[in-house]
Amino acid sequence: MNEIPQGYYLLLAGVLFTIGTIGVLTRRNAIIIFMSIELMLNSVNLTLVAFSSFFGDSSGQIFVFFVMAIAAAEAAVGLAIVLALFRLKKTIYVDEANILKY
Amino acid sequence: MANETILMLPLYLIGFFSLAAVGLDPLFSKNKKVIYYLSLIGLLEAAISAGYALYLHTLTPAPNIEISYAKNMVSTGGMAYFFDILFCLSGILILLSSPRYFTREYKELSEFYSLILLSVSGMMIMAHSANLLVLFIGIEIMSLSFYILAGFIRIRIMSVEAALKYFLLGAFSTGFLVYGIAMIYGATGTLTLSVIQLSIQTNTINSLYLTIGIGLIIIGLSFKAAIFPFHQWAPDVYHGSPTVIAGFLSAAGKAAAMMAFIIIARAIFGGLSQNNFVKDLYVDVRLVLAVLSAATMLIGNITALVQKNIKRMLAYSSVAHAGYLLMGVVAANERGWSGILFYSTAYILMQIGAFIVISLSERNDEQNLKISEYRGFSKAHPYLAAIMSIFMFSLAGLPPFAGFFGKYYLFTAAVETGYVWLTIVAVISSLISMYFYIGLIIKMYFEDPDTQPMVAESGHAVLALTLSTAGVMIFGIFPSLLMDIAKIFF
Repeated sequence: MNEIPQGYYLLLAGVLFTIGTIGVLTRRNAIIIFMSIELMLNSVNLTLVAFSSFFGDSSGQIFVFFVMAIAAAEAAVGLAIVLALFRLKKTIYVDEANILKY
Repeated sequence: MANETILMLPLYLIGFFSLAAVGLDPLFSKNKKVIYYLSLIGLLEAAISAGYALYLHTLTPAPNIEISYAKNMVSTGGMAYFFDILFCLSGILILLSSPRYFTREYKELSEFYSLILLSVSGMMIMAHSANLLVLFIGIEIMSLSFYILAGFIRIRIMSVEAALKYFLLGAFSTGFLVYGIAMIYGATGTLTLSVIQLSIQTNTINSLYLTIGIGLIIIGLSFKAAIFPFHQWAPDVYHGSPTVIAGFLSAAGKAAAMMAFIIIARAIFGGLSQNNFVKDLYVDVRLVLAVLSAATMLIGNITALVQKNIKRMLAYSSVAHAGYLLMGVVAANERGWSGILFYSTAYILMQIGAFIVISLSERNDEQNLKISEYRGFSKAHPYLAAIMSIFMFSLAGLPPFAGFFGKYYLFTAAVETGYVWLTIVAVISSLISMYFYIGLIIKMYFEDPDTQPMVAESGHAVLALTLSTAGVMIFGIFPSLLMDIAKIFF
């Protein structure tokens, strides 16, 4: 069976990253924005694993574990902040959080 | 080996004390002062041990060489110790001024102290990173603590909104940063900074991945340092978060992001490469950074002109200061790097000092934060007004205060490397900034108060203000004290 070329993994990761970026920029629900950010981080993980297996070097895969751990920590902090916002404003739409402006 | 323990002691100490502050918190829930003093002692000890390690490091035959430990994960360079001391100092200033502020505004919670320690430990891990993985972990420890700190007064909508904006954009920028790191890994096959430098020198790299990686890292770090066009979050976050914390985020956070710029720029473009592609790339990257720097200072200072709220004004001016700091990265010579070190020190002292003064005059829920409410401030509080004027003069870059020499070093560094136009832009934007800095002083001294005099109860904040004022004055009158130390690292 033929091996999948490295470029395909990177292309897939790039596409996922772009989808995540577009999601962050266009969505207004804080949870969906956060999910898009997670998608971006996961595409980075895919990139790292692809490079890691390409080089036969384990440090990329170890990096992935740290990215996953940090994404989990980020989720804990982020959801707590969203919850705090919901308690005060009864909304999680970021365009309704608009007290701070010029 | 004993030597290695001493050299790594600052990291051990800050890690130990930040975890101890978290762990001991439930035991001393009645008496918040225990954790407060524990955190202060931790920061002081870390600063002292970093100072001792810095002293040992200057004794070595080549103090500009960084030595890596723990399988090339942690480096012990002079710059790292310098920034260790700086971050511990900013943590101490914030700790000293915070208990009274939080008692007044919300309530005193000892989690605050452990969060300050944790963010300082994140910054110190960044300072000591010899590996992109360690750098990333340090940035994330710092940022996660910052998100919580920004929303610390969780019953106040502005604070929570600031935290939400900071969190979403910070996490977004983390995506770019880590994608950039992955691309650098793909280009060079390693995460160790010294090996990256070696493989760029010996030209065993994929130049496409390297270019993409550098671009993404610049985007990611620009978000963290609030550099144009990624500065939009900064005014909202600094305005909404509690005042003392806004000082911490804008001063220490910015210095840490600039330090990450220095570490990565020195690793990638440090050695003279035989590779023509990398040489061309270097020229392009510096041009891009120069344009970003010029745009950042102009946008920051011009927008600050029209602000009504003093926190927002200082937030926009902090955007401009990120532009000045970036000039050192553009110059990328010995004078530029050491200029960043000097200016970071001056900036941390004056910015945190100014925010402490604001926190003293602020009253529950956004009272006394308008610039117009500072009319006649000197009548009611002559000392506070005098100190605030010193910080404003220093931020504006007038001699004989530390801010002047910081700017002087950065501007001359840019001229030396041929970026005369950038220096001209910087001087023009400094002149623009005079208007609002001096304008505040005029309001404080030459206009009559139209509101009731504000009452400020300071507590330990007096100590913090004394420290930062003394620093701004001493480094302004004797800049060589600091510059002579900063120069030997590069």
